[in-house]
Amino acid sequence: MLEIPVLRWGKPYESLEKEDVLHFLTGEPLAKVHQANAGLVQRDMRQAQRARDVLRDIPCDELIGRIRKAADLYLSGTLPVGTGMQSPDEFARMQSATTGLPVHMAKANMTKNHFVLSHMDQVLDALTRGLDLSILTSGYGVEQRGVVVSYQAQSPVLGLVLPSNSPGVHTLWLPVIPMQIGLVLKPGPQEPWTPYRMTAAFTEAGIPREAISIYPGGADVGAAVLSSAERCMIFGGAPTVERYKGNPRVQVHGPGFSKILLGDDVVDRWEEYIDLMADSVYLNSGRGCINCSAVWASRHTKEIAQALAEKIGPVEVKPPDDPQAALAAFTIPGSAAAIWKSIEAGFKESGVTHMTEKYGPRLVELERAAYLRPTVVHCASPEPALAKAEYMFPFVSVVECPQDKMLQSIGPTLVCTGITDDPKLQRALTDATHIDRLNIGAIPTIKLDWLQPHEGNIVEFLFRARAFQVPADRLATLAS
Amino acid sequence: MSPTDATAAATPEDIRAARQKLDAHAYETVQWHFHPSSGCPFWLEKSKELKFDPLKEVKTYDDLKKFPEFQDEWLRGGPVRRWVPQGLAKKPVYVFETGGTTGIPKSRISIDDFRTDYELFSDTLPEQYFPRGANWLMLGPSGPRRLRLAVEHLAQHRGGICFCVDLDPRWVIKLIKKGWMEHLEAYKQHVIDQAISVLGAGHDIRCMFTTPKLLESLATALEARGSSIKESGITGIFSGGTEFTPQWTRFACEELLDGVYMTPTYGNTLMGLACSRPVRAEDGYKITYYAPQPRAVIEVVEFDNYHQSVGYGQTGRVKLTTLTKEFFVPGFLERDEGEREQPYAKYPWDGISGVRPFHELAEATTVGVY
Repeated sequence: MLEIPVLRWGKPYESLEKEDVLHFLTGEPLAKVHQANAGLVQRDMRQAQRARDVLRDIPCDELIGRIRKAADLYLSGTLPVGTGMQSPDEFARMQSATTGLPVHMAKANMTKNHFVLSHMDQVLDALTRGLDLSILTSGYGVEQRGVVVSYQAQSPVLGLVLPSNSPGVHTLWLPVIPMQIGLVLKPGPQEPWTPYRMTAAFTEAGIPREAISIYPGGADVGAAVLSSAERCMIFGGAPTVERYKGNPRVQVHGPGFSKILLGDDVVDRWEEYIDLMADSVYLNSGRGCINCSAVWASRHTKEIAQALAEKIGPVEVKPPDDPQAALAAFTIPGSAAAIWKSIEAGFKESGVTHMTEKYGPRLVELERAAYLRPTVVHCASPEPALAKAEYMFPFVSVVECPQDKMLQSIGPTLVCTGITDDPKLQRALTDATHIDRLNIGAIPTIKLDWLQPHEGNIVEFLFRARAFQVPADRLATLAS
Repeated sequence: MSPTDATAAATPEDIRAARQKLDAHAYETVQWHFHPSSGCPFWLEKSKELKFDPLKEVKTYDDLKKFPEFQDEWLRGGPVRRWVPQGLAKKPVYVFETGGTTGIPKSRISIDDFRTDYELFSDTLPEQYFPRGANWLMLGPSGPRRLRLAVEHLAQHRGGICFCVDLDPRWVIKLIKKGWMEHLEAYKQHVIDQAISVLGAGHDIRCMFTTPKLLESLATALEARGSSIKESGITGIFSGGTEFTPQWTRFACEELLDGVYMTPTYGNTLMGLACSRPVRAEDGYKITYYAPQPRAVIEVVEFDNYHQSVGYGQTGRVKLTTLTKEFFVPGFLERDEGEREQPYAKYPWDGISGVRPFHELAEATTVGVY
């Protein structure tokens, strides 16, 4: 069995505490992951500046080149992981076996990560708005238009408390190393695989080992990462978002509550968009924050809900290695049953109709895991709790609401696809500050553009644009 | 203690003698607590409900199994004087509360037990690291808990003076439950700042009681100031109050203490203080505790049969029995579990290792109080 050590600035550390990572269906232990303790993290963070220093010795362009090499290694190489080696197929199988994600979805996530890594120059160019990356190294410089600019790193490292259930989120931290900022990763208990494989690929591609630490462990380790790194990212549910809301040191990624809004000008043609809606709800097992959790329209909502139910309601649970498997398992005992119980409670509210009922039971409980099959709910108004619910499986509420009340009723929204040609509604959508990512037109909520920031620009999170002045006679030196 | 002594096995004679002592002590304790002239109102009243006569039918430690499971609710609420034995009624009485849980606390009365416990513990402390006459720092919860008075008595018993810094675990629990982590951090910092002030005030403090978490914070804060636990003058630490893991102990030894001696303990207001077998790198920093028998007994019992001990090396729940003249608690089920360990030369009775929150209660328990 694989043993995966803690990595302290690239150096393996064998802990006396190890946790078995189990196969979600069989319970078979697949790896022993060494567990860090909080003090270890806090102690190591005293050397955080060294991570930035070793990266700053390598020009950003050079780092981007090495990241491109790492992209191929990550996608196709057989790479060391702890005490063993892992091929890409083994990686996908392991990730599937411990997270409950179907194997083909694990592979699709690899392709996603590979794309970001191999297009890092374009990604950074877009995220920095075309900044000369050497300015991130020196902290100041002269832009092509002759203006002095300064970008100050806010932390030598980015600390991340990663989730177990959504390997797609790793794309968010991939641009960090080429910006010469180190990484302090606390993997999700069921998903140690991506952080370790990515680190192995980085190291083999020439990224200094001292730039990355990985601390598997319990909640205390996550808390230590969050309290000791000056810039952190955390993934969690609504309580986590609430806890860190307004904390400038923490970028919190929680539920997306992503939505599709159909304008009055197009809603009579709803059938044209039903595939787009179904894909937004259902692809990647509905797990992502960018998956659609509600469709809002002023009329035809019952027919829309019925059509969605017909499309995704019959989807069955399939084994994780089946290429047709569309659903990810819930691997934490009791979690799927608890979710279903809360949904059933929602059905009792007035104006709520369960549209997928006739397609059989939604909760499928196996010996060691459970699944929730796609669920469509119709809400006759925005009032019922289920109109604003989000769950980690293909779940959607089709909500009836007059167009002029939609924006004040939808609540916080990560991705909003507004299908409308009405300029007034388009303007209102553009101005809505509770919408993060806006798609105007027939674009699925799950369609990502890697050249656009996701829920906050990572560059702006890590670097502060500030005033910087030098005497005119030194400007030339600065420019060179 | 030399490494040889630390690993020496107990002989069958040692084990038998310890058991005889325990049986005799159990008999005497029950005679005291259930005799109308010396017993406490609680037990005298309770004996009317029992289906056996403790005075006649408890002759050995095993006979204590005849008592029903001790309910911790009996320790919540008053009048607390019902726990004071008639035979000690004229003595001054302390009341100590357990831990950091909120609501009506569990209380126990104490007269001299806390002093006795810590005097016995004192005998286990190596002079080299805990020199007689040295001053102490007590960095942990005080208030209604016995720790402050007990550690202070330990210092005085060894000829030193104890400086104290308070920490209110109930406030800490509230902060954690409310998710006020910044306040938690600030409170911890407030406590540590006081400790650093006392340590730097020229009081020649060489010994310390603290909890694992506070020790870690103190070491980190001292290092941030360019100092260390060792440079602050501390030579010996006795630590306890929250869970010790081998990994944490290793981390402390390798990265925080720089040769400063630390001894883990396991204890509570009900039992007293269980000492650990010397912790050594070559044993994987395994921590094994031994109750202060015959004053208190730890058994590791099956999860579904609290009268049955598990086999050596097996996991079970901690069952405590307190057998002093001041306080009698037969078979109290602790909120901890661990592995049953063999007797050894110094403590020829069962020990326990791997102590951690009882898995069935762990999720509902707020850990990390101190």
